[in-house]
Amino acid sequence: MTDNLISLLVLLPVALAAILAMTGQRAPGLSRGISLAGVAALLAMSLGLLLGGSGNTAQVIELGGWSAPFGIVLVFDRLSGLMVVLTSIVAMLALLYAVRRDEDSAGPHFHALFQAQLFGLNGAFLTGDLFNLFVFFEVLLLASYGLLLHGNGRKRTRAGFHYVVVNLIGSTLFLFAVGALYGTVGSLNLADISLKLPEVAPDAVPIVTTAIFLLFVVFLIKGAAFPLYLWLPGAYGHASIPVAALFAIMTKVGLYSVLRVDSVMLSGNSIGGLVETTALIAPWLLWLGLITLLLAALGVVAGRILRRQVAYLIVASVGTILIALGLVTGSERELAISGALYYWIHTTVLSAGFFLLAGLLMRHRPEAGDGIEAAPPMPHAVLVGSLFFAYAIAMAGLPPLTGFFGKVMILAAAVESPLMAPIFAVVLISGLIMVIALARTGSRLFYQSQATPGHPAHSTPRDARTPMPGLALSIAPLAIATVMVVGAQPLSEWLETTAVQITTPSGYLDAVMPDGILLPETAPGKFGQDYPDYEGGKH
Amino acid sequence: MNAIELLAAVVLLPFLAAPLAAWSARFNRYAAAWVAGGVTLLALAIFSWLVVLHIGQMPVATSHAWIEAAGLSFGFRLDGLSLLFTGLILVIGLLIVIYARYYLSPNDSMGRFFAYMMMFMGAMLGVVLSENMINLVIFWELTSLASFLLISYWQHRKEARYGARLALAITGAGGLALLGGVLILGHIVGSYELTDVLASGDLIKNHELYAPALILILLGVFTKSAQFPFHFWLPNAMAAPTPVSAYLHSATMVKAGIFLLARFFPALAGTELWVIIVSTAGLITFLLGAYTALFRHDLKGLLAYSTISHLGLITLLFGFGTPLAAVAGIFHIINHATFKASLFMVAGIVDHETGTRDMRRLGGLVKYMPHTAALGMIAAMAMAGVPLFNGFLSKEMFFTESVRVAGDIGPVWLLPILVSLGGLLSVAYSLRFVHDTFFGKPDGDLPKKPHEPPGMMKRPVDLLVVLCLAVGILPALVVGPLLHIAVTGVLQAEPPYYSLSLWHGFNLPLLMSAIALIGGLLLYLNRAPIFRWHARSLAHLDARTVYNRLMELLMRTGAGVTGGLDNGRLSRIVVLTLVFSLIAGLVGYVQTVGLPGVQAALDRGTVEDSGDWVTWLGMLLIIIATLVTVIGHRQRLFALITMSVVGLGVAMIFARFSAPDLAMTQLSVEVVTMILLLLALFYLPQQSRRLSSPSRRWRDAGIATVIGGGIAALTYAIISRPFETISGYFLEHSVPGGGGTNVVNVILVDFRGYDTFGEITVLALAALGIFAMLHNLSLPSSRRDPFGRAWSDDPHPLMLRTFAQIILPLTLLFGIYVFLRGHNEPGGGFIAGLIVASALVAQYMAFGIENTERKLHLPIHGVIGAGILIALGTGLVAMVVGVPFLTSNTWHFTLSLLGEIHLASAIGFDLGVFLVVVGSTMLILLNLGRLTDHAIEHPDYASIEASPADSATRGGRDA
Repeated sequence: MTDNLISLLVLLPVALAAILAMTGQRAPGLSRGISLAGVAALLAMSLGLLLGGSGNTAQVIELGGWSAPFGIVLVFDRLSGLMVVLTSIVAMLALLYAVRRDEDSAGPHFHALFQAQLFGLNGAFLTGDLFNLFVFFEVLLLASYGLLLHGNGRKRTRAGFHYVVVNLIGSTLFLFAVGALYGTVGSLNLADISLKLPEVAPDAVPIVTTAIFLLFVVFLIKGAAFPLYLWLPGAYGHASIPVAALFAIMTKVGLYSVLRVDSVMLSGNSIGGLVETTALIAPWLLWLGLITLLLAALGVVAGRILRRQVAYLIVASVGTILIALGLVTGSERELAISGALYYWIHTTVLSAGFFLLAGLLMRHRPEAGDGIEAAPPMPHAVLVGSLFFAYAIAMAGLPPLTGFFGKVMILAAAVESPLMAPIFAVVLISGLIMVIALARTGSRLFYQSQATPGHPAHSTPRDARTPMPGLALSIAPLAIATVMVVGAQPLSEWLETTAVQITTPSGYLDAVMPDGILLPETAPGKFGQDYPDYEGGKH
Repeated sequence: MNAIELLAAVVLLPFLAAPLAAWSARFNRYAAAWVAGGVTLLALAIFSWLVVLHIGQMPVATSHAWIEAAGLSFGFRLDGLSLLFTGLILVIGLLIVIYARYYLSPNDSMGRFFAYMMMFMGAMLGVVLSENMINLVIFWELTSLASFLLISYWQHRKEARYGARLALAITGAGGLALLGGVLILGHIVGSYELTDVLASGDLIKNHELYAPALILILLGVFTKSAQFPFHFWLPNAMAAPTPVSAYLHSATMVKAGIFLLARFFPALAGTELWVIIVSTAGLITFLLGAYTALFRHDLKGLLAYSTISHLGLITLLFGFGTPLAAVAGIFHIINHATFKASLFMVAGIVDHETGTRDMRRLGGLVKYMPHTAALGMIAAMAMAGVPLFNGFLSKEMFFTESVRVAGDIGPVWLLPILVSLGGLLSVAYSLRFVHDTFFGKPDGDLPKKPHEPPGMMKRPVDLLVVLCLAVGILPALVVGPLLHIAVTGVLQAEPPYYSLSLWHGFNLPLLMSAIALIGGLLLYLNRAPIFRWHARSLAHLDARTVYNRLMELLMRTGAGVTGGLDNGRLSRIVVLTLVFSLIAGLVGYVQTVGLPGVQAALDRGTVEDSGDWVTWLGMLLIIIATLVTVIGHRQRLFALITMSVVGLGVAMIFARFSAPDLAMTQLSVEVVTMILLLLALFYLPQQSRRLSSPSRRWRDAGIATVIGGGIAALTYAIISRPFETISGYFLEHSVPGGGGTNVVNVILVDFRGYDTFGEITVLALAALGIFAMLHNLSLPSSRRDPFGRAWSDDPHPLMLRTFAQIILPLTLLFGIYVFLRGHNEPGGGFIAGLIVASALVAQYMAFGIENTERKLHLPIHGVIGAGILIALGTGLVAMVVGVPFLTSNTWHFTLSLLGEIHLASAIGFDLGVFLVVVGSTMLILLNLGRLTDHAIEHPDYASIEASPADSATRGGRDA
């Protein structure tokens, strides 16, 4: 049963995508219903699985009945489960907004592409196979490209073109890297590669390390780290609002891949007995994270429209998370990873919400949109301004909202690091830069606007009656953030356990490869043949 | 529940009151004031009760884990220091609430004001009551945020917005530094709880990280308490309503920094570094503030600089690092809070009743508002340090301490002279405050006819002024016990002996006081030339210009760096991506290739296999075709043809190395792709423009060559060494487990069917995406070819039609054949799909899209969807019977005529693949083809060539 539920996390969205491709044109109302019900079901299933403890030990599903490394496996553990839950939450927000504000009808096949995007996301989060990850990167790319162009427009088409070209370069590099790994290590399964890396012949070691570095370049393109993030501000800044909100989870696919591949595939002691794997990638991540964070903070300063600022805030969060993932020093690694995950949840949910808020500004400030300039007051200015204030606080990492707590956990872990000084300097200074930039934005958007002559200084009761669909949706992420603050203790404990699961990969390896390295001669056949009394997918 | 747990309630109550106040103002604007006042009173009551209960056992603390792993707890602490500050915050807060109720005009939103004020009060209480240091930082930052809201309360005023942002930038920066410092401090001690930290003074002061921790924490202190060089935010914060100034700058916001000095006194104070930094900053601030205050014409401006000066005085005292100096510091905190709050409120009353705060216009108000004038005079005398007022006592203690430590800091005469000078200046500006406002003659007419304010506006000041006098006359009785408790809390030990009496005999401090009083009087009397001199020389100096320049620099750097990195062009993004990949690949290679083990293995050489000449020839052909494509890429049709040579070459290589499936796939993909690209080319100019300069092209060519070479080298390295994979398993299990002899197909539909499933989704998405993009789009096209010749006027030539009609059934049959044999022989759904699609495309080309659609009636979206659902359904059947998704079943049987047959359920999966391929290909081709259906004759083809994008995109709603 659990196995079927896990499989359905991937299969449900793709089935709905296929159905919606058929119905979408003819029955828009029905399509909305199907799409919303699908996301609600995903949310329920993923939360049920995670809270039911399914991820406490890695659950493996051997697709096609072929065991790893010969077939493709799905692996559900706390990390992948968390990612799927997060995807469902963001998808729910984005989809509700699209329906509430009628954004889904701006072009054909919105819902089919949306569900296909979820298929790609969940597929990437659940796979245990490197080539399959590539396949899902492709699904993601095509679906997101389709969504990005949704509603058309010249700037959007241009940004979409940049996006797709850069990602195709990434796909090509991915193929090179996977090919090189398969050509030397002889496997595509993450756990199997991990077990086989120490056995690599010495003359193949440089090929393997080159391939691994190229692989992480691909992940960092997806994750939008310096100097590979330039596609992001354009793409996110020009996408339609619900799409931009959904894309809040997209960079996390890259970061997830970094964390997953680093913690599973590079968990072995060495490559060919010559190179340590544990510190192969992490130090580079740390430095890239520092540069990314600082440049992103400057990008926030430079942004002239709110959406672009939010896009740079997302890049900044990528930098922060990379810093945490780059902290390899023993005892604090769990704290760093759990801090990174806390920050991860925070930035995903809140940047999605921030985009929704920018969408309200665009619709209700006819003169200026979300441009950072003064305009006549918008309806509900006090409420919307307060929401902006809360988002700005959270995203800039000030208390009492989530950004601060994630940052504190990461900084507390960094105290042990020999690079404490640069980490503290960059994290704190870029935080300050973001505060200054967002204070300026808020002052222009909400304070100056009320100074326009001919309008009273404060909102009038007339404003209160103007309907503003979608307003509640931009409040919801803040409610989640509040829960994360109040429940920080249980949440951080849960994340700490998750971090332990990540840093102790033996559980993952045992689950995927229970018998260690398998040779073709000794390997079992399919379940149905070698395990006649096989039931429910367990050995 | 332990009573002390209620400490958290004292902190949280104002936060709960904030939304309540905002909400209640909807019904009655004064309700907000009642809520605020009531909650403050309630918090005060709870707190007093807690103090009574725990007075003998202080310090007491309560703590709940918040994020245990990071050392954060929700912890509060009651000791002498927090008691003193909580008392100040609540009592003065209550008085301010009463005052503000009468101060705010009917245009001001009461709800917003009291909501912000309650937030601020809660944040301040959190700072002073925190037990956990991170918890303290949280509330610390909250005070910055709440003060931002309070200062920008009159948000339509430019100076209010500026002042608020300035305060947030400076104090926010300090807060972040404080966070860093606290984290280091906690790391040193191993705990973030103050109880542990305060007990570890020696450990901290001898730790190698002491200096960075101290400096970061002091940055927090100095920014918050407006110490030089961060003092300039405070005068700008005067843009806030006067009750806010009275609250923030007497007892709360700026005292938070001082509080922190006192709080960490046992843990950090006393080292040389501490004395140098803290006392220097304090002394400079003390003198600078006092000097500047004298020349301010705005009543609140004068008070702002006087506040800066007094904060400097207190900082200087803590900078001395001695216990007795700490006593004096604490005493002055109490005194300053009382007289400064009174003075701000008096200034507010004057402003409220006359409409101006400019001392050059004011004067003679004693006639109109004698009561207020009396209050102002008493408080000002306390500020000046006149005997019998509370300011005198703490200033005497300050002078005494200065004399005592003078020998340690610079020449023995320097410090006493400087502090006397500071005292002298404060006497002068206090005199100015009183004399220019209440005496003399007003300069012209005042904006309003002055009179006494409503009684309730004066009551808070009455109370505070009485306190100033009471403390000044009977210090030991009135303030002695509180001071003792507070000092014990600061030192975390019994305080040293100190005397609170008025008379200590004739000594140096008394002489200094006398000099200050007389000198200040003389200075004020001779102020005219000094004012002129100041206006000529120093008046234009303003620390804000430094800040403004910094902000401008930040804005320019932000825009410059961002714009410099991201110029909005694709070429920049691509170059960065490629170069970074190259560097990363090289780093990966270089760091291992030099290892001795690797070198030894490499020296043994590689597999000798030079291949045969046919292969080399094929590869050469591909390379040449590629180069020609690159060189001739501006001639689009030509480039397309040479590119197809590359594709065919690859197909041949596949065939050469015994991969017929791959060769067939590559071939059919090549065909379909070519048709697609030709269709697309129809809408594009035949030639592309030259977009980059020659130097740029050489650079790009260089990068491309290096990367291509690198990839080639990597590939060569892989294929030139012996290689072991898991493919043996696939060969072995293909028939028994997968039910097919064509291993490639079995891998595609069974072993790794999930990958294929993903890939057909990709294909379907490409089709849907292109449909969505081209939907409703119509492109202008030319009726002439690039050479000016008219296209044939017969779009569907007879020969093509006849041929297409004959070939259709044959191709369809062949497609089915290829599909069916797929599992055992080269073939399969993917190839079959492409074959069928090309046959159908021929129909469309021959008979026209609309004709063919009418004839075939193919619901293409349905075909794609059905394909995915069939493939998915095949896999789901397995799940229904309890095995994983996509697990196949096979049947092996023998038919008399056909021989042995292997039939696998995977054929259903392959059918799905087939349908998706057919549907997607058709959808893409049709949409590209359809673009011209509604095409209009464009008068000038050249104009399209110049700007294809203009006509190609619809105006979107992209803002």
